[in-house]
Amino acid sequence: METFAFYLFSILIVGLFCVTVMSRNILYAMTSLAAGMVLISGLFFLLGADFLGVVQLIVYVGAVMALYAFGMMFFDATGTVKENNTPATTVFLLGGLSAVVLVVIFAAPAIGGNVHALYPTPEGATNPQAVGLVLFTKYLIPFEVAAVMLLVAMIAGIILAGKKMDKSLSRMKDESAVSEKDVK
Amino acid sequence: MDGYIIATVIKAVLVLSIIAALAGFGTYLERKVLAFMQRRLGPMHVGPYGLLQLAADGIKLFTKEDFIPSGANRLIFMIAPMITAATAFIALAAVPLLPEFKLFGVTVKPIISDLDIGILFVLGMMAAGLYGPLLAGMAQNNKWGLLGAARTAAVFLSYEVVTGLSILAPIMIVGSLSLIDFNNYQAGGMGEWLIWKQPLAFVLFLIAGFAETNRTPFDLIENESEIIAGYATEYSGMRWGMFFIGEYANMITIGFLASLVFLGGFNDWGFLPGGLAIILKVSFFFFFMLWVRASWPHIRPDQLMWLCWKVLMPLAVINVTITGFVMMV
Repeated sequence: METFAFYLFSILIVGLFCVTVMSRNILYAMTSLAAGMVLISGLFFLLGADFLGVVQLIVYVGAVMALYAFGMMFFDATGTVKENNTPATTVFLLGGLSAVVLVVIFAAPAIGGNVHALYPTPEGATNPQAVGLVLFTKYLIPFEVAAVMLLVAMIAGIILAGKKMDKSLSRMKDESAVSEKDVK
Repeated sequence: MDGYIIATVIKAVLVLSIIAALAGFGTYLERKVLAFMQRRLGPMHVGPYGLLQLAADGIKLFTKEDFIPSGANRLIFMIAPMITAATAFIALAAVPLLPEFKLFGVTVKPIISDLDIGILFVLGMMAAGLYGPLLAGMAQNNKWGLLGAARTAAVFLSYEVVTGLSILAPIMIVGSLSLIDFNNYQAGGMGEWLIWKQPLAFVLFLIAGFAETNRTPFDLIENESEIIAGYATEYSGMRWGMFFIGEYANMITIGFLASLVFLGGFNDWGFLPGGLAIILKVSFFFFFMLWVRASWPHIRPDQLMWLCWKVLMPLAVINVTITGFVMMV
């Protein structure tokens, strides 16, 4: 049952991400990306990592939604995007890389037997508790650094976007009308 | 193992059919309640008190032409309503609907899948449901639809933060993400309800819930007075119906969440048995949503974002901080 579910999810995920890469339609590309991200959470559920699965679901649903907003602004959603031909060296490099990845994937079961959990789940801890324990003991500094980085990104975003934040949007029109008149 | 699978399938089919029927009945209730508040009669002609109006609407929806506009992205256009309907019901899978009861000597748990992260799963699935309106709006090659889709993205990114932060304070108090633990925490009668400890979180959650289910003060993604029908402009027949079944199912889910997290869930309430108590609470929330629809005007998109980011989110953060301090001391 689990094996079947794993292969079903894997085939769907690989297929959907292939569509993301190959499709020239922005709507297909982003929809398959979102669906693939949701299906990855299925893999986490299969592994018994419910908490990580739900986090994957919530984070990527929101993140891809923001991507949609940009897609809506920059592209015609129902048409195809015209692309330039990619240079041969890039194709060669990417092809070689995917071949290496394939070899690693098929070799993975051979080394998979030696993998041990560095921080095994404590007895009796539920899923979120286990994640929290490791996150706030072993990985506290990376966690805090990531938090600081997000804070920096947020402040930078506010500064970039907030030049006219003290003015009301509905009153901004009058001002621009005045400036247009001045130009004339 | 086989018995477990069969029981789960039976529960899933039951929940699907009952909630879908209730969602259909919800449209009738909505029209009746709105009519009552506006001193009208509402649907009266089909059947006694217009009760068969539901059947008439159903026949109309099923037999109407399923129209796909030219220039639309056919595949995405057809998938979008299914996303809304499916995610609404998937979200219900982790909600304990009634207390445990015994049927023919077997203890039945009226929850399809008892996840220990139930509340996050429900919220995440309901958030994924907004892909329905978003894709529908973008796929239909219609300007009103595109405006609806743009508003969907804006609304989603605004209120999702508030939902998460408002529910965080009760999660800290209970110390679990399982909806059954939430229910058991409030087992000691009305004084133990979390609404008394977290009134602010309750209000914030309700407001965010209105935005999540696309109900009236925040129904700007299909606001018919501004953008025709928003994302649903080009939809007809059963595909349109699926959007609305999804929306009403989401209303019921939010009702269940609010009663489970804040209003004591399915514990016995005075002389009322638990099953009846939670049905009454959910019905109250459903009625409350219609009540608000009858009494409040729409708000503009920029007002919603102003409300979410500048009022509700700081309040939610302050609430979480104070809760943390009180729990530490």
